[in-house]
Amino acid sequence: MTPDELIELAAAQRTRLNGFAHQINVCMATACHSSGSEEIKDRLTAQVKSRGIQKHCLIRSVGCPGLCTAGPMVGIEPEGRLYQNVSPDDAGDLLDSLESTPVERIQAQTGDPFFARQQRIVLEHAGEIDPEQIDEYIAVGGYQALAKALYAMTPAEVVDEITKSGLRGRGGAGFPTGLKWRTVAKGGGDRKFVICNGDEGDPGAFMDRSVLESDPHRVLEGMAVAAYAVGAQEGYLYVRAEYPLAIRRLTTALRQARQRNLLGVNVLETPFSFQVEIRVGAGAFVCGEETALIASIEGGRGQPRPRPPYPAESGLWGCPTLINNVETLANIVPIIRNGGDWFAGIGTEKSKGTKVFALSGQVKNTGLIEVPMGITLREIVFEIGGGVPDGRAFKAVQTGGPSGGCIPDGLLDSPVDYESLTRLGSIMGSGGMIVMDETSSMVEVARYFMEFSMTESCGKCIPCRVGTVEMHALLTRFAEKRAKTADLDLLELLCDLTKSTSLCGLGQAAPNPVLSTLRYFRDEYLAAMVADESPDGDVTREGRPSPAVIPLTVVAARSSDGGEEGGRS
Amino acid sequence: MAILTAKTIRPPSDDKRWRVVDATMRRHGYKPSALIEALHAVQQAFGYLDEPSLCYVAGSLGVPLSRVYGVATFYHYFSMKPQGEHTCVVCTGTACYIKNSPALLRAIEADLGVAPGETTADGKLSLLTARCLGTCGLAPAAVLDGQVVGRLRTVELVGRLRDLIGTEQEAVTL
Repeated sequence: MTPDELIELAAAQRTRLNGFAHQINVCMATACHSSGSEEIKDRLTAQVKSRGIQKHCLIRSVGCPGLCTAGPMVGIEPEGRLYQNVSPDDAGDLLDSLESTPVERIQAQTGDPFFARQQRIVLEHAGEIDPEQIDEYIAVGGYQALAKALYAMTPAEVVDEITKSGLRGRGGAGFPTGLKWRTVAKGGGDRKFVICNGDEGDPGAFMDRSVLESDPHRVLEGMAVAAYAVGAQEGYLYVRAEYPLAIRRLTTALRQARQRNLLGVNVLETPFSFQVEIRVGAGAFVCGEETALIASIEGGRGQPRPRPPYPAESGLWGCPTLINNVETLANIVPIIRNGGDWFAGIGTEKSKGTKVFALSGQVKNTGLIEVPMGITLREIVFEIGGGVPDGRAFKAVQTGGPSGGCIPDGLLDSPVDYESLTRLGSIMGSGGMIVMDETSSMVEVARYFMEFSMTESCGKCIPCRVGTVEMHALLTRFAEKRAKTADLDLLELLCDLTKSTSLCGLGQAAPNPVLSTLRYFRDEYLAAMVADESPDGDVTREGRPSPAVIPLTVVAARSSDGGEEGGRS
Repeated sequence: MAILTAKTIRPPSDDKRWRVVDATMRRHGYKPSALIEALHAVQQAFGYLDEPSLCYVAGSLGVPLSRVYGVATFYHYFSMKPQGEHTCVVCTGTACYIKNSPALLRAIEADLGVAPGETTADGKLSLLTARCLGTCGLAPAAVLDGQVVGRLRTVELVGRLRDLIGTEQEAVTL
């Protein structure tokens, strides 16, 4: 296929789709699917057939429109109607309403902040196209960024465009993507690799799953552009085994892209060749760390190794390797299409573009949202999320999963960008955002995350292997309200030790949930203590400076030390 | 490297399911890096990994048995024990935790006498936990025999499990 043929195919597809007066899009992502969207689709299909309107009414399976809490969701184009909590029995009403007013009973309020406050770049096609049909992706301009890169840009120009965009890694640590690409591009040797990190292990994060399920070709195209830019011929997509639907859709997408000559040998009739294979993870959180992920692709235990050398210099089988997260790669296509300056115009000075968050927990609207960087946490939780349900009080929002922290009400007006969240003692993370209300005990939450890190520690370095176990034991004492003064001192000491001496991001970040809850909810720890057996029985911590009063600049300086590329790529 | 592609080891049994495992290893050219893929194939075909299967994979790929065992036990997804006829995976991710998934596990244990990681004595049901199924919008969620079910209440989940493992089983009285 040549670029001209690609454009022709896109036009033909659009003509075909526009031939239908109505397109009914049924969400088939995991959440809606498990709420019964397949039966809705079957019922709609059967009724369209029995009414004999299949010539001007198309029923499609699409990806996630975002509001998982109100699934199953059904959209109707070109009217732009969106329905929520649809049941199979609504099929008749939906079809009856096509030529008249919408079915108000189940209509989603698309003017609500949940939809109106979002800015969709990564998720622009989610809920709009059938992820299992490459031609639908091509119809919305798919693979034209790849054609543009291959025909109109040199690899160096592609890298420059990404650098100019200011895009930073969406896996959590926020390393500048352009810089990473440049390093790999400069690397020697005739064999290089591009790896897509889809090992989304943070509990409470499902952005990458949704992108892979809703728009798999977007990620494949991003990988191909990356491969062209850095000079790689081979790529791996590492996806966790817990995402069977994403794996199935990616497998389909790969097959279709190869058939269309958009991947494989001589892509789009150029000398560029790029082979991609899928590797299925096997349930190890630490494999989100780039060197551990490489060890896993090589067939070994997923244990990290010291960096440098960074994978960009010596990665998979010792070759220069570019590892980018799913969401990072999903941002490549719009940057190539619209230019780096366009992307750099969105977001804040240091954090460009948008970020996808998985909003869940004790919040009215749970689901997937994409917002511009710089939006405040309060806007996300209370406007988009609709606040805490059942009249309970908000307590904290947790970002960054087991590597992040809990942010209290008083700091909700902070903007969402890499630096601000780090200053608050949390991290951007991959995008999990969990709202907690007054019923959640912060000590229990800290213990929950420590239990996670303890179980997931790979055991290679001692600070993490032993530190997480000891911290968990101490937190258990607090949770059972039998902690003593010495326990608190020891806990703080261990946090510091594990943070500064662990080998990889897992151990270095494992104390974050404890440190942030100690900083903002110290009284809960103090309330969980019993009197020491010492004669004076002094258990109050008065007179001791609480970390909450340490100037934020000091904390920021401390936590940014060497943490530049310490997260999950 | 050419020697490694020649297959000289025979499967542990005549079971036809070994063909799927063989096909996976062949597709990867019997390279040692295919170890995890091969173990996935074994687990998919047989439901779990046992010693003969580990020996077979080790021999076929030319990987030391110690390393095969190391990999099989490192990853949570691989199981070294046969699973029950039905499986229930309860999500213990953060969103589910906040929405009280520990209570689901306690209720199942109290009612059906099976703890996470265990299988009922009659081999009917295995109870497992997962670190986030990525369906946080449906918290608390579980996977019953491959089907995601969400917004669970304890009574409802226990009821569904009882239905799943058959009503002929006498209810465990507390």
